[in-house]
Amino acid sequence: MLIFEHSQPGRLNYSQSPTIITKVTDIPQNLVRKIPPLLPEVSEMDTVRHYTRLSQKNFSIDTAFYPLGSCTMKYNPRACNSLAMLPQFLARHPLAPEDTGQGFLACMYELQEILQDVTGMAGVSLTPMAGAQGELVGVAMIRAYHESRKDYIRTEIIVPDAAHGTNPATAVMCGYKVVEISTDKEGNVDMEALRTAVGPKTAGLMLTNPSTLGVFEKNISKMSEVVHQAGGLLYYDGANLNAILGKVKPGDMGFDVIHINLHKTFSTPHGGGGPGSAPVGVSERLLPFIPVPVVALENGTYRWVTEKEIPQSIGRMSAHMGNAGVLLRAYIYARLLGAEGMHRVAEFATLNANYLMVELGKAGFEIAYPTRRASHEFIITLKNLKEKTGVTAMNVAKRLLDKGYHAPTTYFPLLVPECLLIEPAETESKETLDAFVVAMKEILTEAYTEPELVKNAPHNTPVRKLDDVKAARELDLIWKKTPS
Amino acid sequence: MHIPSHLKYTKSHEWIRLEIDGTVTIGISQHAQELLGDMVFVEYPKIGRKLKQGEECAVVESVKAAADVYAPMTGEVTEVNSELESEPEKINQDPYAAWLFKLKPADLNELNELLDAAAYQRIIESEIH
Repeated sequence: MLIFEHSQPGRLNYSQSPTIITKVTDIPQNLVRKIPPLLPEVSEMDTVRHYTRLSQKNFSIDTAFYPLGSCTMKYNPRACNSLAMLPQFLARHPLAPEDTGQGFLACMYELQEILQDVTGMAGVSLTPMAGAQGELVGVAMIRAYHESRKDYIRTEIIVPDAAHGTNPATAVMCGYKVVEISTDKEGNVDMEALRTAVGPKTAGLMLTNPSTLGVFEKNISKMSEVVHQAGGLLYYDGANLNAILGKVKPGDMGFDVIHINLHKTFSTPHGGGGPGSAPVGVSERLLPFIPVPVVALENGTYRWVTEKEIPQSIGRMSAHMGNAGVLLRAYIYARLLGAEGMHRVAEFATLNANYLMVELGKAGFEIAYPTRRASHEFIITLKNLKEKTGVTAMNVAKRLLDKGYHAPTTYFPLLVPECLLIEPAETESKETLDAFVVAMKEILTEAYTEPELVKNAPHNTPVRKLDDVKAARELDLIWKKTPS
Repeated sequence: MHIPSHLKYTKSHEWIRLEIDGTVTIGISQHAQELLGDMVFVEYPKIGRKLKQGEECAVVESVKAAADVYAPMTGEVTEVNSELESEPEKINQDPYAAWLFKLKPADLNELNELLDAAAYQRIIESEIH
């Protein structure tokens, strides 16, 4: 039921009503509306009940295990939220003079330093406002680098077939042609395919490591050598940084540019819960091109560094300092962890993933890359289950909702048929993982004994199985008042 | 995987059938239909439009994704299967009967460059792990 459907003429929500009424007289008559806007008229208590009911229908990491992990949203520690909401942060104007905002600037400076240190890069800019924008910045800097050297023949970006769809999209947005290379049976980039693809036209290689297949690229040093020898640069997609945080530095692997999804690895709100943020880290040779502003520390005072000092900068990605509220949350998260806690994130994330992978294997699920150790995530394939029982990965995902678990990522990566990509993240306990294995085992049994039960799932959720086709073909997005 | 041997295929998962009158009929393969899932919309090229080989010319949209369909050969669009407008699910039911559009090819030799069933089968296998 929509809030509009609770509406009764004359009902008022006093807490939402204006406390001061100002008469405005300077709006031209032709711009003043003649009919009052159609707004719901609902009492305060009914409003509270309406939104509480909606929140109860929602499945979130605050209610139960959510095996989408850092890929979608990790648990957001409450401390990050409350500290970032200090009135001194909230009320700070983005154009406030530097000397009245030293506290905020100090946080931003230290976040730059922390990210630089943990990724092994030479410089960091915090301004990109989402993962996709971070990627755009990264490839734009690669382009700016080649063009500054008058190296105009490089027109190609190499992308493995296991990459996130945003990688080729970013390369194209920056005017490059995408050269796709294949993956071998073990989930590594095919070195022969890479050697064939690399040449004088190569501007760079975009890579996620660990890859979307949940395995670490074993040949990364060799790959880096091959690309660098050809004059290309290496781009690190930070989507899976959670697996190696504080353990391995992308800078040490030879990457020239990296974007870090704070809304993934650094636990900031994401998706329906908040905007993204994707700082970029660069190697020495890309330093002249980083987006502005960045924060500098000089004689104990923090100050903005702008285009004046970085004239070759690719420019500004946001009006001010990116998503400042998100950056603050990430900073607090990093400070709460400390250097020590930072590798514990990676250690527990990979431990949980490997434990869950082994246990699900024992329970009878087929692991997509059984010879490989999982990173912070792993893939199971239900191809054989589908052939034997007709039960698909989507059916299993929906049935998990009945058992009180959110579904893992389904049908990604595209290379593995009928797959579930499972990422428990570091915050889950062994008891939670064990209970998840029990639920998965039950579903596997049901697939053989009562396949219809699984195929028609979910049965216990506020909304049952959706008619996807009807939803797409008969879009119903606008509420209209029905004449009473 | 059902890959009829009398048809030609492309890497981008279109099938092509040569008709007696010298036109070619184009649709999407069983594999493409399976990957995309339940179809919800089809967008055709305009009749009379001149297409270059490899040009984006139609769109099939499923509950999961919208996918471009590429012209497998250079030529002029002569007919579209408007039946799919109201019943796009026919692509899921029988992708080799639910054709999308017909072309009058500029050069029939281009047909020889297309994949045969065995070569297309290998492409699909190499894409799946």
